[in-house]
Amino acid sequence: MEIEQLEKVASQVRRDIVRMVHGCQSGHPGGSLGCTDLLVALYFERMKLKEQDGKGVFDMNGTDEDMFFLSNGHISPVWYSVLARKGYFPVSELATFRKLNSRLQGHPTTHEHLEGIRIASGSLGQGMSVAIGAALSKKLNNDKGIVYVLMGDGEQQEGQVWEAATFAPHHQVDNLVAFIDLNGQQIDGPTVKVMNNRDLGAKYEAFGWEVISIEEGNDMAAVLKGLYEAKGRLGHGRPIMVLLHTGMGYGVDFMMGSHKWHGVAPNDEQLAAALAQLEETLGDY
Amino acid sequence: MKKYTFTEKKDTRSGFGAGMHVLGQQNPNVVALCADLVGSLKLEPFIKENPERFVQCGISEANMIGISAGLTIGGKIPFATTFANFATGRVYDQIRQSVAYSNKNVKICASHAGLTLGEDGATHQILEDIGMMKMLPGMTVINPCDYNQTKAATIAIADYEGPVYLRFGRPVIPVFTDADQKFEIGKAWMVNEGTDVSIFATGHMVWEAIQAGELLEAEGINAEIINIHTIKPLDEEAVLKSIGKTGCVVTAEEHNRLGGLGDSIAQVIVKNKLVPQEYVAVNDSFGESGTPAQLMEKYGLTAKDIVNAAKRAIARK
Repeated sequence: MEIEQLEKVASQVRRDIVRMVHGCQSGHPGGSLGCTDLLVALYFERMKLKEQDGKGVFDMNGTDEDMFFLSNGHISPVWYSVLARKGYFPVSELATFRKLNSRLQGHPTTHEHLEGIRIASGSLGQGMSVAIGAALSKKLNNDKGIVYVLMGDGEQQEGQVWEAATFAPHHQVDNLVAFIDLNGQQIDGPTVKVMNNRDLGAKYEAFGWEVISIEEGNDMAAVLKGLYEAKGRLGHGRPIMVLLHTGMGYGVDFMMGSHKWHGVAPNDEQLAAALAQLEETLGDY
Repeated sequence: MKKYTFTEKKDTRSGFGAGMHVLGQQNPNVVALCADLVGSLKLEPFIKENPERFVQCGISEANMIGISAGLTIGGKIPFATTFANFATGRVYDQIRQSVAYSNKNVKICASHAGLTLGEDGATHQILEDIGMMKMLPGMTVINPCDYNQTKAATIAIADYEGPVYLRFGRPVIPVFTDADQKFEIGKAWMVNEGTDVSIFATGHMVWEAIQAGELLEAEGINAEIINIHTIKPLDEEAVLKSIGKTGCVVTAEEHNRLGGLGDSIAQVIVKNKLVPQEYVAVNDSFGESGTPAQLMEKYGLTAKDIVNAAKRAIARK
């Protein structure tokens, strides 16, 4: 897909995000908006996926395809939107987000059998371990697919992340690309104030990872380039860590750069103001 | 009354290791994981023959559970192994979210459960694990009674699709079940039929219950002894059939009185037919250092304690 088309998908995904969160008056728009460009780039361009007539076809085992895991499950709106827009399930189902009897639970789950989800996430710090397991499974199956996992920067405060960070280089899990969404914000404020992670790149390098940065994580061209670079470094005995610099709330001016929109829904006026900034490209659900 | 004898004593963890050895040869999807306790879990034969299917996780149990959940994606059958304390309480949230809620085909295999871990003391003697695991929706909880049954259970759970908690222990105890038994998950095992009192026992306490049955017989009391190796799903039919006949119950487990086998049986009783029940279990306390025999004596988990509980239960009929 051309960059221009990917940007159009991203604009629609951002509309979906704010509409979903508005629709149930709950959820996490900030991180979702910030990671939109990454997920669109992965699902619509970089990942090798099973498809039929241009639509994603879900296979729990992910045999002979790439897989994505979302460890910071609270940014479920962006993932749900991207999965629906990719064709894994009807776009109309986005309207059920966080409502009773929905498959689109507040945090992603396999429990409701939503196509595209392979593990529950939400309690932080677990996704990288799961992704490593899936990557090991691929190696045992002689499957050349790549495993991608996204974590938050606040999430780096969980101890389990560092158990996984130690494991992956030791076991040469070199079919794994991990991302940290470096938006610098968490619920209680700026990450440097709540609990300073300091130099995450240096930490992962010291743990034995190959570390690269995408400085403009909300620039589609930069994201595509970074993903290309990450893929090129696989298969040499080391897992890849991508430091993805994003703006929390990117795309909606009054949500940008503040922890205040981590887990708050817009009211009717704010929704209108947000949608005015986001072009409807694929048709609202 | 059927007499049970034994020619040797073995630890149930060695039964697990033997089961893994068989699985290594029979099932190419079985993967073993361990958190720096390979010797304690008796995994050496599996690892020697299947080094590519063994994952050393180091001392990081949370990561081991997550990796196990991930391995199921792609069709592997991970057996995550460590001491029962570190396999449950330490990683409860990881099991809850990544294994149970996600319904992953992970086998959590836990050695050194209960007081009989012995001298290491209460930090390692978990007495709450059955309760924690049985509360997780979809989790199967199995606590076999001797070497042969643990080996059979280990092999059986590989063929069952879904999360399982398999609990076993450290001390050598009599081997009294058949070497070639077929293990049926969720099916209680009638050890001895009787008419005066139902003794439901699990794990190491089954042998104690058998001895208690002999002591009771000498006093003219005819005890029915049932091995509840699968605590969840519980064989309610077997429980009801037995209490319908005897009219009173003793439950025996190497676990806290709260939340274990006894409470599972009590639920069946209050929902169906009220009969007196006596608990043989640890009385809501932590353990301590000592030899396994000393600890079982001090915390009231011997054949003698089962005999006394049976008499109390009968008296309350």
